[in-house]
Amino acid sequence: MTIDAFLLSRIQFAFTVSFHIVFPAFTIGLSAYVAVLLALWLKTGNPKFHQLARFWTKIFAVSFAMGVVSGIVLSYQFGTNWSRFSTAVGNVIGPLIGYEVLTAFFLEASFLGVMLFGWKRVPPWLHCLSAFIVAGGTALSGFWILSANSWMQFPAGHEVRDGIAYPVDWVQIVFNPTFPLRFAHMMTAAYLTTAFVVLATGARHLLAGKNPETAKTMVRMAILMIALTAPLQALIGDFHGKQTAIYQPAKLAAIEAHWDSSKPGALVLFAWPDEKAELNRFEVSIPGLASLLTHGSMDALFKSLKDFAPQDRPPVAIPFFAFRLMVGIGTLMIVFGWLGAWLWYRGRVFETRYWLRIAQYTWPAGFVALLAGWFVTEVGRQPWLATGVIRSADAVSPVTVMQVAISLALFVCVYSVVFTAGILLINRLIDKGPPEGEAKDPPEQPSKRTLKATQDEASVLFGDGHPGDDKIQPAI
Amino acid sequence: MEWYLPVIWAVLIGTAVMLYVVLDGFDLGIAILFPTTRDEGERDQMMNSVAPFWDGNETWLVLGGGGLWVAFPQAYAIIMPAFYIPIILMLLALIFRGVAFEFRWVAKPHHAKWDLAFWLGSTIAAFAQGLVLGGMIQGIKVENGQFAGGPLDWLTPFTLMCGVGVVCGYALLGATWLVFKTEGPVAERARRQAKTLLIGLMAFAAVVSLWTPYAHPRIAERWFTPSNLLLLWPLPVLTACFGYMAWKRLHGQHEFTPFAFTIGIFLLCFLGLAISNFPYLVPPDLTIWDVAAAPSSHVFVLIGVSFLLPMILFYTAFVYWTFRGKVRADSGYH
Repeated sequence: MTIDAFLLSRIQFAFTVSFHIVFPAFTIGLSAYVAVLLALWLKTGNPKFHQLARFWTKIFAVSFAMGVVSGIVLSYQFGTNWSRFSTAVGNVIGPLIGYEVLTAFFLEASFLGVMLFGWKRVPPWLHCLSAFIVAGGTALSGFWILSANSWMQFPAGHEVRDGIAYPVDWVQIVFNPTFPLRFAHMMTAAYLTTAFVVLATGARHLLAGKNPETAKTMVRMAILMIALTAPLQALIGDFHGKQTAIYQPAKLAAIEAHWDSSKPGALVLFAWPDEKAELNRFEVSIPGLASLLTHGSMDALFKSLKDFAPQDRPPVAIPFFAFRLMVGIGTLMIVFGWLGAWLWYRGRVFETRYWLRIAQYTWPAGFVALLAGWFVTEVGRQPWLATGVIRSADAVSPVTVMQVAISLALFVCVYSVVFTAGILLINRLIDKGPPEGEAKDPPEQPSKRTLKATQDEASVLFGDGHPGDDKIQPAI
Repeated sequence: MEWYLPVIWAVLIGTAVMLYVVLDGFDLGIAILFPTTRDEGERDQMMNSVAPFWDGNETWLVLGGGGLWVAFPQAYAIIMPAFYIPIILMLLALIFRGVAFEFRWVAKPHHAKWDLAFWLGSTIAAFAQGLVLGGMIQGIKVENGQFAGGPLDWLTPFTLMCGVGVVCGYALLGATWLVFKTEGPVAERARRQAKTLLIGLMAFAAVVSLWTPYAHPRIAERWFTPSNLLLLWPLPVLTACFGYMAWKRLHGQHEFTPFAFTIGIFLLCFLGLAISNFPYLVPPDLTIWDVAAAPSSHVFVLIGVSFLLPMILFYTAFVYWTFRGKVRADSGYH
């Protein structure tokens, strides 16, 4: 492997996109959560929902800022580092990104201002609506970017002339075959990831004896979300895997480390895939189970890695291990979520300290699983950048290795500093928790009050929605 | 190919870039002016005056970049590698200033480093945008539809001057915005600063207007061919008038008009640059027709643009209206 602009550009893209994806995934989930909290507040008038909404909005603001700035980097990197890709698929993917900006980015960015700073400026219903619009915007953004990504995985609705893809049928392009399940998988991942952050926060506050009322609400809402979405995610993942068998057999073979298509695929629990020798070392596997899971029969034969020329195979180790990491975490999520639901059902969840102690450390679970899944699907797509249209190696910009080396070094430095600071600041906000003491003097149901009174009261109780004005809140 | 589709798209992207320059210009500008006060309350007030808008403003940059890829993929694929270093520099700088908006408040009272990040990030981003602007004007070396120049082709005295010019121009937009949106010491200081910055921007515009036709015969020809000159002479005259009006208004008690006239100056300068270069998108070789996307791609997004853009403008206006009025030192928006 030589160090050239191609390799460094790949590392740079993997690095910047991995950092980026964490934040949108979290903000997709968190904006929806805040919107739901605000709606519950409007409906019930219970002040704890308002407290929680204020609390999570602050965290949302910090996360969203990090998502925005790391996202702008990506939209320019297609050009700076992958200019030949931009030319080859620009006719098809460009419009999808264009629609993402037009339908989602402006919506999120504009109503974010109302959501963050509009607590006293607009009526509660409009503020709540703004939160829903932001949540919808983030999901819409996911829609377009996953459409583009899925098109790269399995292009459709296009024709290639002189190495450049031209659109033929836009419906087929946008709703390309692997898109619906991939979108469902990613959205569920975002909500599940966020649910674990909420759960961990609630558990942490409960164990610290901090504002138990809101902490309990967080734990209950998170358990409900996890108990429902974790199994749902497994189901979607299963469908997604079966679909991968149809559309991306090389990726599936890499995930299963399946070398020999004359035998049914075994479910490899552990192995060290040796790509040179084209076999698995130290393999522990269950015969036929991979065939059953992907093709519905223990005896089904499916394409193995050896059915693809070496230059057409994806790397094996990364998809193989990342997939097991993802599925492993996913399984633990289901177990842990249902255990929580059972404890809740028995009325013991807030007394079961071992469960809460584990729960407070579960916040990274979703992020790790999400990144692992991302690596499975993106590395598994190699050596193609857009399958059958352009290979990664042919897509790189005519830039010098020195330029990319410098930019990569700068990205690593800047991201380390900025995102470490961001995560520490989020931790600080979480630690601080929602301001206590409000429950003594809760605002009444907003709909029964005049707007002015609600606003004044809310401002006395909750500060002004801006992190900087904590000084007027009751001391903790 | 339908000849008019690339023209429509050139106008659209030009509009997006122009909106970006004006909108993000003033919020980058207030950050450029950040070190001119040490008072924390005043800095809060300055930042609060743009806090609800900055994210929406910056989205126009994404639309500019994304739109270029949508409509002119080949131009995108040439321009981005050609300005690799300034663009990466701009992106990194925007990271610092973008997160500073949120981090600064959470980090209080230990926020000095985020004040620095806010100022430095915004200034470098503005400077880098000036480098790209200058680099576009001076042209890009292209062979076989690919960027064929060196990594530092963009680094010339002209582009450095453009960098300084853009920083100065954004700072002027920021200062006049503060005159418009704040009161008290912040507004008074901004009014004083705006006068100096206005002189700076007008000087920069004058130098570019003389330097570019001198250095590039095609630009000289565009402007000084008698038939063209007859048509185009009002443009520089109007720019000078706007400058004079802004100057007069800054000396009076006007609050909004200095900002409005500054925007006018920016619009006219932008129009001037467009006239200098049309129909070249990648000067000196490639026109908008050479680098256009497939007509089907143009039409597909244009359908969306025709109703989404008015919607975007509508709710952008709604947000500005929601946060109308002065940002005071004591209360801000709160």
